[in-house]
Amino acid sequence: MKLSDSRDIAAPPEVVWAALLDAEVLKECVPGCQEMTGSPEEGFEAVVVQKVGPVKATFKGQVTMSEMNEPTSLTLSGEGKGGAAGFAKGGANVTLTPSDVGTTLSYDVEAKVGGKLAQLGSRIIDGFAKKMADQFFTRFQEVVEGADKAGEDDAEDSGESAAAGEKKGWFKRFVS
Amino acid sequence: MPKDHGIGASSKRREDVRFLTGTGNYTDDINARGQAYVHFLRSDVAHGRITNIDTAAASEMPGVVRIFTGADFEGIGSIPCGWQVTDRFGEVMHEPPHPVLAQGKVRHVGDPIAAIVADSLAEARDAAEAIELDIEELPAVVNMKDALKDGAPKVHDDLPGNLCYDWGFVEENREAVDKAIKEAAHVTTLELVNNRLVANPMEPRVALGEYNRANDESTLYTTSQNPHVIRLLMGAFVLGIPEHKLRVVAPDVGGGFGTKIFHYAEEAFCTFAARQLARPVKWTSTRSEAFMSDAHGRDHVTKIELALDKDNNFVALRTDTLANMGAYLSTFAPSVPTWLHGTLMAGNYKTPLIYVNVRAVFTNTVPVDAYRGAGRPEATYQLERVVDKAARELGVDPIALRRQNFITEFPYQTPVAVEYDTGDYPATMDKLEEIADIAGFAARRKESEAKGRLRGLGVNCYIEACGIAPSNLVGQLGARAGLYESATVRVNATGSISVMTGSHSHGQGHETAFPQVVAEMLGIPEDQIDIVHGDTARTPMGMGTYGSRSLAVGGSAMVRATEKVINKAKKIASHLMEASEADIELKDGQFTVAGTDKSVAWGDVTLAAYVPHNYPLEDIEPGLEETAFYDPSNFTYPSGAYACEVELDPETGRVTIERFSAADDFGNVINPMIVSGQVHGGIAQGVGQALMEGCVYDENGQLLSASYMDYAMPRADDVPFYSVDHSCVTPCTHNPLGVKGCGEAGAIGSPPAVINAVVDAMQSGGHDVTHIDMPASPSRVWAAMNG
Repeated sequence: MKLSDSRDIAAPPEVVWAALLDAEVLKECVPGCQEMTGSPEEGFEAVVVQKVGPVKATFKGQVTMSEMNEPTSLTLSGEGKGGAAGFAKGGANVTLTPSDVGTTLSYDVEAKVGGKLAQLGSRIIDGFAKKMADQFFTRFQEVVEGADKAGEDDAEDSGESAAAGEKKGWFKRFVS
Repeated sequence: MPKDHGIGASSKRREDVRFLTGTGNYTDDINARGQAYVHFLRSDVAHGRITNIDTAAASEMPGVVRIFTGADFEGIGSIPCGWQVTDRFGEVMHEPPHPVLAQGKVRHVGDPIAAIVADSLAEARDAAEAIELDIEELPAVVNMKDALKDGAPKVHDDLPGNLCYDWGFVEENREAVDKAIKEAAHVTTLELVNNRLVANPMEPRVALGEYNRANDESTLYTTSQNPHVIRLLMGAFVLGIPEHKLRVVAPDVGGGFGTKIFHYAEEAFCTFAARQLARPVKWTSTRSEAFMSDAHGRDHVTKIELALDKDNNFVALRTDTLANMGAYLSTFAPSVPTWLHGTLMAGNYKTPLIYVNVRAVFTNTVPVDAYRGAGRPEATYQLERVVDKAARELGVDPIALRRQNFITEFPYQTPVAVEYDTGDYPATMDKLEEIADIAGFAARRKESEAKGRLRGLGVNCYIEACGIAPSNLVGQLGARAGLYESATVRVNATGSISVMTGSHSHGQGHETAFPQVVAEMLGIPEDQIDIVHGDTARTPMGMGTYGSRSLAVGGSAMVRATEKVINKAKKIASHLMEASEADIELKDGQFTVAGTDKSVAWGDVTLAAYVPHNYPLEDIEPGLEETAFYDPSNFTYPSGAYACEVELDPETGRVTIERFSAADDFGNVINPMIVSGQVHGGIAQGVGQALMEGCVYDENGQLLSASYMDYAMPRADDVPFYSVDHSCVTPCTHNPLGVKGCGEAGAIGSPPAVINAVVDAMQSGGHDVTHIDMPASPSRVWAAMNG
């Protein structure tokens, strides 16, 4: 299963890059993500609960990052095991290009499923993967744009809403 | 006036009373005191190396009795293959081991890796999730052509490649066939796929193993078509349990269709584990497991060439087939694309020269074995499709071309080894033209066209070989078993009868039809006779039910045993009436002395046999019980002609079957209603194959069609009311009943009729389509017309 798309994010490539490597951001953006730990160097460990058609399962998996060319491109690859539900694995090539609004994020995803997921969900897996990718990047855009804005606000005004605090966390680390 | 009892009567199926009222006794209905449940952890990759398996944490889970892995089966036998094919160079096939639980490698999605035995099924499943398992995924081979390429990943590391065998038949004909095709006036070539199917019996497989420490006896209750075969294969080759310490029971079985012939790892496991744990162990397959562990069917890719002379006589036939074996050799897998397929390639035609080449291939898929028809549907489909294509290429009527080439003299020795004893192909074609109203087709086509639909007519013939088979012959062909059948006729003191048969009934209606035969022979009511089957402890060694063999072989054994009973009963009767044995006649349950009014009733004679106060003890033993083993001298050759009419919606590509007619020659018919039912069911499965069913793997070997959401089974509204006829009768010449077998004909004869009709419909719409592969789904049909 292959999937390609791109979206424009109103933040500079450096900000988008940093967000992509942040476990907290990833946790917030990966649909159904319960836990996300790790670092770009060590790889991330994730626990994701998802329902694909009739199959609901907790997937435990690793995500590794490679071919990192800051801040223009990187490759993500991962595998999640869902026990009796089977497995999902895949990779994504992500490129960041400066644009008028900030950054154009393009991705090519290749994913495979196996076991019960393939047996019961093969007809719906393409649509499911597209939905997952859409949800991920929509949230990612919200988080990055919100955070970037929060960062600007922060620079101008130290008064801060509690809601933005979490988002600011990773951005602060990035700017510090 | 149709008969109301005995041979030829449509006696109501007595077994249906319990099947339809929920009082059947299926394997899953049997529960042993204190039984544990097993759940199999199965591979979810098609091909991989097991790098780590740690069951320590899982073993501590609540309710877990014990977890078994491949390591527990070291030194235990491999699941055996029952047929060894010799290739065209004189070498025997490659026969890789088939462990009960995977050892080192997994070779298909569904390959069992570990078996978790627990107090409850839920606990077993939970514990499976706690097993730490690492599999290094290896590239998989799925497509047979790719599997044969140099450098392809090997399913079995110790074999030279993925080729199981390269079989040529008849090898001596090869050059002559090549020459005849080269020099022929016309050659029709067709490449086609015989789609992979999953049998899907209504009842999934179940196994319950028991072990009695007191007498060291194991009992296996299992969903099998042949309990004695399972006892022999599992006892002698896998677990090393002698027959007298092993009982196999196959009680009510909810459909087999071939897939319950074979010896499976799960039943060996339950028997083994019950001994290890001294506790009953039960496994019930889920439907999902059935899709990835029941042997699949068909899966051939074929190129067929038919050569004709300038007068449209068939002069030569050549086929080149790749046959998928899957990851391991299932019990009869090697025989299906060879001896059950190549020997049928003459069909109903006097083609003088035939050469069949079959290469069997290992792939990372579920093993493939016999499925209703087993080899004969594959033969019939390609032959009847290529004949139809030839007729269209030559612009001649498909029926006329067939008639012109029919075999008309019997016995007929084909160029592919078998000798047809009897048949009348023009007669079944005449009958078909009548019941299918072929003459009225043109008018019906006009009606369809007026509605914006295309209408197609497909006609074909078939011949098949049933009643497998002469033991000495199949032994030469590589069978590792004899294929006789057995029966014991036990006459009780008051005259009722129990017939213990080695045949097994799993929907065929033996419990009704077999008594009809004995009742006819003895002249007593059918309800005085019961059939006992499916239990090695209660029946003599028999080979079971498949290949439409039960009545032809098992029924013949029963006839022979009943004849022995009659002979002995006449001796007793002659003593009771003080008459010469030669003068005793048996009619309507009465023994009479010819030319006198003396008579004794059946019950008087049977009582005398068991209460031998007035009895010729010096000449014969008391009792009235006889056993016979019958080994047939030839196969039987049912044949027929089928017609299918379809309507095709050119907007959507959807095909509907409007009429389906079948004219069969099954030889003598014992119960016409049961025979019709067998044909109905066979056609439904053939229609399923032709239009709906297809087992699909992706390129990584993931099984994509493993539920009824993705694997389309035919339903009642997918098939029409059939018109079936079996009044054309040429009795089999070599068995005592003159019967041929009817269980598979519908599934053999119907797929080409459907596809011939679909092609006819498309061509009638002006589409230059000469072939479409099964299943002819709406998307495929639409693409063929608009592609």
